[in-house]
Amino acid sequence: MADSMINTPQSPGLWAKARNLPLIPLAVLLIVFIIPAFFAEYLAPHDPYVPNLRARLQPPVFFGGTWEFPMGTDRLGRDILSRILHGAWYVLAVSMIGITVGVVVGTTLGLVAGYARGWFDGLVMRLVDISLALPAMLLALALAASMGTSFLSVVIVVGFALWAYFARQVRAEVLLLRRSDFVERSMVAGSSHTRILFRHILPNVTNTIVVLATLQVGIAIMLDASLSFLGIGIPRPTPTWGLLVSDGRDFIATDWWISFFPGLAILLTVLSANMLGDWLRDKLDPRQRQV
Amino acid sequence: MFRFLVTRISSSLFALLIITVIVFLLSHLSGSPVDALLPDDATQEQIDSFVREWGLDQPLWQQYLTFLVNAVQGNFGTSLKWPGEDAMGFVLDRMPATLKLGGLAILISVVIALPLGIAAAVYRGSAVDHGAQMFALLGQSMPNFWLGIILIWVFSVWLGWLPTSGMGTFAHAILPAVAIAWFQVSALARLTRSAMLEVLDAEYIKLARVKGVSEGMVVWKHALRNAAVVPLTYFGILAASILTGSVVIETVYSWPGMGWVALEAIRGRDFPVVQAVIIAYAVVYMLSNLFVDLLYVVVDPRIRRG
Repeated sequence: MADSMINTPQSPGLWAKARNLPLIPLAVLLIVFIIPAFFAEYLAPHDPYVPNLRARLQPPVFFGGTWEFPMGTDRLGRDILSRILHGAWYVLAVSMIGITVGVVVGTTLGLVAGYARGWFDGLVMRLVDISLALPAMLLALALAASMGTSFLSVVIVVGFALWAYFARQVRAEVLLLRRSDFVERSMVAGSSHTRILFRHILPNVTNTIVVLATLQVGIAIMLDASLSFLGIGIPRPTPTWGLLVSDGRDFIATDWWISFFPGLAILLTVLSANMLGDWLRDKLDPRQRQV
Repeated sequence: MFRFLVTRISSSLFALLIITVIVFLLSHLSGSPVDALLPDDATQEQIDSFVREWGLDQPLWQQYLTFLVNAVQGNFGTSLKWPGEDAMGFVLDRMPATLKLGGLAILISVVIALPLGIAAAVYRGSAVDHGAQMFALLGQSMPNFWLGIILIWVFSVWLGWLPTSGMGTFAHAILPAVAIAWFQVSALARLTRSAMLEVLDAEYIKLARVKGVSEGMVVWKHALRNAAVVPLTYFGILAASILTGSVVIETVYSWPGMGWVALEAIRGRDFPVVQAVIIAYAVVYMLSNLFVDLLYVVVDPRIRRG
């Protein structure tokens, strides 16, 4: 009896599943990142762009400031909190679109390469190797020098940094799947290649893609923040988080809050995104746990 | 082993070739390379001789060959922002500063991460293990430029122990090296931990213990030697992120290395220097990857035979 209790896999009820959700990272992600991204206009107490010279360099509340500017103001008197809230949308847009580019390009190439094999497979894997061997920062520098910077150039860099991981992983899974019974039977039944790829194979790699994409959110946000910190991300005056940190760089000795709070926002967002990604991986794709 | 190295070297060279193609194409993307590579106030005479020297009146593929031949000889033209300086020469002058910083960062990360990862694996589930995992999670989520600024705030402004920025004494290098190493420590410790856990479970480790080999020998010699292959895999990535890190951190600390030059050149629209920096970075990166491959061969005899 004791044995059966141990060995019977218990199908967890909805409540148990909900209880296992990492609530704290989820809440942090919502509060710091997702809600501000969509509702900054209603949440922000001040205009993030308009200078207010009478309120220059106000310290944050509890550090000699007032609730009017909870996180203090920068050297032009702009409210730090409002700038962070408004920046969230751009951070979200760049990372999501960049990841989508990476997912679409990587998955498509990985699917076709793993399914078709032959010279196309060889070509794609070559490109994957090269792409993984090229630090995205070099591409970012080259793009910034030749095209100048824009929303598009940042998205290109993020997509470029990520696509190869998806292509490699998806291809590896397709190689296994295409030899499985259900795919071979579908072939015998006369399904077209497109149907097999998208009806039978793609649904089976979706979990992998979702897990990998979640784990890349942190990388994408970090890359975007580094680029805008260096001044080769989305150009001014857009208050992306990296740019906000760089605004306070020269004032750290006296007015630490200008850099501190935007950096904290990046840290909390990336940290909770990483924790959620780890959790999702354990749930959906236990094979990747060792990575 | 010979075949292994030849494959690696040829694929590195191929990747390098692709980079030259990208850099070449990008210099044409922004319009005429004359605009990108010559100062705005260039005379017609200068333009003509420039066009002749770089073969700009030739078809695109011939222009690329000219570019490639010049690039192999290290000739990327002269700098626009720092007049009279040879672009590649200027970049190479700054290279030792970057390598010094990167080397120190690697040293710091290995010295901290390896013992940390090993301790976490050996004392699995203990406070050390939990602490190491928390640190790893935090370290991987912290933007390094922000960390750099915070380090200045704490150690230079507040405590007054270390200089805020610039290059000079050894003390100048500590903060930037720590800021670069931070991320690597967490990644490397995490990898070392999982690799050690796997190895410590192996039969030959049990055998060694049964034979009465001391615990220190088991961990540091028998287990580590086999587990070390996994962190080594990471060294290839390590080179890339130290490179990326150096661009960011050199900017934070005004450390006059290649990353600093790259950013200054982009701000000054100095395309010859940008080209030279990118190629120089790529070469350093490929060489460090080759070095890792060689280390593999030393550590893991299976590769020597395969």
